[in-house]
Amino acid sequence: MTLWAIVIIASIAGLAVKISGYLVPAEFMEREKPSRVAGLLTVALLAALVATQTLASGQQVEVDARVPAIFVAAVLFVLRVPFILVIVAAALTAAIIRATIGG
Amino acid sequence: MSTAEQAERREPVARTAVSVALAVSAYGISYGALGVTAGLDVWQACVLSLVMFSGGSQFALVGVIAAGGAAAGPAAIASATLLGSRNAIYAMRMGPIIGRGWVRRLVAAHLTIDESTAVATAQKELTEQRKGFWLTGILIFVGWNIATLAGALLGNVMGDVSRYGLDAAAAAAFLGLLWPRLSALQPVAVAVAAAVVATVLTPWLPPGLPVIAAALVAVIVGLTNWGAR
Repeated sequence: MTLWAIVIIASIAGLAVKISGYLVPAEFMEREKPSRVAGLLTVALLAALVATQTLASGQQVEVDARVPAIFVAAVLFVLRVPFILVIVAAALTAAIIRATIGG
Repeated sequence: MSTAEQAERREPVARTAVSVALAVSAYGISYGALGVTAGLDVWQACVLSLVMFSGGSQFALVGVIAAGGAAAGPAAIASATLLGSRNAIYAMRMGPIIGRGWVRRLVAAHLTIDESTAVATAQKELTEQRKGFWLTGILIFVGWNIATLAGALLGNVMGDVSRYGLDAAAAAAFLGLLWPRLSALQPVAVAVAAAVVATVLTPWLPPGLPVIAAALVAVIVGLTNWGAR
């Protein structure tokens, strides 16, 4: 599979998902089960992405500068610091740790 | 994310839209830079922002490609699409607000993302909801795509972006999208279980698949409604 094929298929799939929502009759959404599964699906995927983005290096689990960075981010989110400042703080934390003690 | 909170504070809808768009666009720069470091070229990073136009899905796709290369294509497509499935729920919610006309609904579909939906649904009046949706959606579309191009060009000259902590920034961005959803026991339990499943499976499965496997936790809990009360 070439990178272009991946980019194009994924883009069309993403757009198709959005369009499908406008084609579904409104009653479907009021059903409890589909909306509950979709809501939890987002939670599970995001949590799994936080975990892999923080701990995975290819197929290895590695604890490095990303771990303190995500910890800083979590504390700032608790303190209700705006989204973009938290992202910058997380990046800075990892960058400073890598520049000083490595990892 | 601060989107919903900002909207709750009853600022004029236009001001909310602008501040949300600025914040989101700023982190489009890190998406662009991460994209080219993952192995995409500048145009591939830009096509994703133009057509897929869903930040979480784009970061997911780029993350899987960075770990597993083009061979991880199917897993990359699957994670991005599954993560984008929430946009279908937003679309169902926005349908009655957007109104009739297939051209309008098609354009609205493209702009249906976390932020445009959050700003729209936080308004009380229908006209304000519409204004919030279109303004937020259009401003983010323009800002996100300019930022992607800038970030991708920057990423090409930056070299190793982990030196600047951009990998940690992506993790923090996912956490920021997750945070407002952890409002009850059930989503918290699903989040913890999914994170554990993905981490434990990382050494055993090709990149991308641990995230898909973690999604099963949500399907099982969602269908049985375990842990809800």
